Amino acid sequence: MAGKSCLIVEDSRVVRKVARTIMTGFQYECREAENGQLAVEECEKAMPDVVLLDWNMPVMNGLDFLHKLRSMPGGDAPKVIFCTTENEMSRIQEGMGAGADEYIMKPFDGDIIRSKLEMLGLIEEGG
Amino acid sequence: MKEEDFDLLAHLVKQRSGLVLTRDKAYLLESRLIPVARKFDLKDLDDLARAVRDKRDEKLATAITEAMTTNETFFFRDQKPFDQFRKIILPHMLKARAARKSLRVWSAAASTGQEAYSLAMILAEEAAKLQGWKVDIIGTDLSAEVIEKAKEGFYNQFEVQRGLPVTMLMKYFRQEGEKWQISEKIRSMVQYRAMNLLADWGGIGPFDVVFCRNVLIYFDPPTKSRMLERIAGLMPPDGVLFLGGAEAVLGLTSRFKNMEGEKGIYIPASCPADAWKATAAA
Ligand SMILES: C[S@@+](CC[C@H](N)C(=O)[O-])C[C@H]1O[C@@H](n2cnc3c(N)ncnc32)[C@H](O)[C@@H]1O
Repeated sequence: MAGKSCLIVEDSRVVRKVARTIMTGFQYECREAENGQLAVEECEKAMPDVVLLDWNMPVMNGLDFLHKLRSMPGGDAPKVIFCTTENEMSRIQEGMGAGADEYIMKPFDGDIIRSKLEMLGLIEEGG
Repeated sequence: MKEEDFDLLAHLVKQRSGLVLTRDKAYLLESRLIPVARKFDLKDLDDLARAVRDKRDEKLATAITEAMTTNETFFFRDQKPFDQFRKIILPHMLKARAARKSLRVWSAAASTGQEAYSLAMILAEEAAKLQGWKVDIIGTDLSAEVIEKAKEGFYNQFEVQRGLPVTMLMKYFRQEGEKWQISEKIRSMVQYRAMNLLADWGGIGPFDVVFCRNVLIYFDPPTKSRMLERIAGLMPPDGVLFLGGAEAVLGLTSRFKNMEGEKGIYIPASCPADAWKATAAA
């Protein structure tokens, strides 16, 4: 089986780098996109197994990307984890309602990402 | 720190909590007790040791003990025990207690409450099957401070993300500023109280399910054995005990045995070998 793949959609280069380091540690091949539009293009090339998705980005935001993704052929498959400073309950409901699988409120660390990946059955416990 | 001071403080902590501190943990003792010394207006650890030696200040002794214990916990810790509780234990209890309609659960080292509340949320999810049941969840801990926090049920953003699925956050928590409070409904399902496992348990049982996780690990073998035997004394033959990932009963007691095929779950030795087979397989 091919390695697991992750698409990191995030406009901050620093946060992308942190996320990449964490996900690489969990044996994910990582691609990056700095906004929703570029992320759509990446998904057209190949659907990732997991998307770590920021909300507020220029050009196309995370929520619009998510709607777009879920309407693409094969777009149901990726597990989408919002990863955003939006930490209001109403936002969480909106994001989950749009078809996200999990939700991380920034700031995050390796423990939180690990924990969310475990909940989604994407990595083994305590791995 | 002087060896005799270390021994004095380690002895105090062991007597009060069961926690064993070996001399290689001197650095830990020092780093955790310096803030305690400061809080009690004591100059340094020499001063602290002196105060312990001749004053017998109860508050100071409590503060020292609680500073040395580890309170780390999180919702649905390790996930698996909670899956086992939901998929194996609960279906069995629903059948086995159908006439009595009561279920008693104990979180024996509850810390700030995440373990007991995780169980409460699972039971809330199954509420339809528990209509008319009397469900008691008791959470106890040595530290009055963590028990207070558990009762209030406020958690920070980090705490509500580790182990807790966001769907559960949406369903059972209310946001208040920077904090998240677990709902009144879930809070009302759990009774918390401060209780030292080393002391008298004051008629706390019986319990169908005991979570005693990540506390025995700090005790010496005779203390572990004693705890396990006392827990066994509170259980019906089909009761179950959950221990932490690094804890086991082997060599400590003959009152418990492994539930066949289910790592981390222990059942009274008197329980018939096949009692759980049917539910575990179902
Ligand atoms: C690491 S936490 C475990 C919390 C939870 N059971 C879990 O697994 O996540 C250990 C807890 O045991 C409590 N504890 C330590 N010694 C105790 C004693 N003698 N009696 C009661 N509680 C004790 C500590 O106060 C601490 O909150």
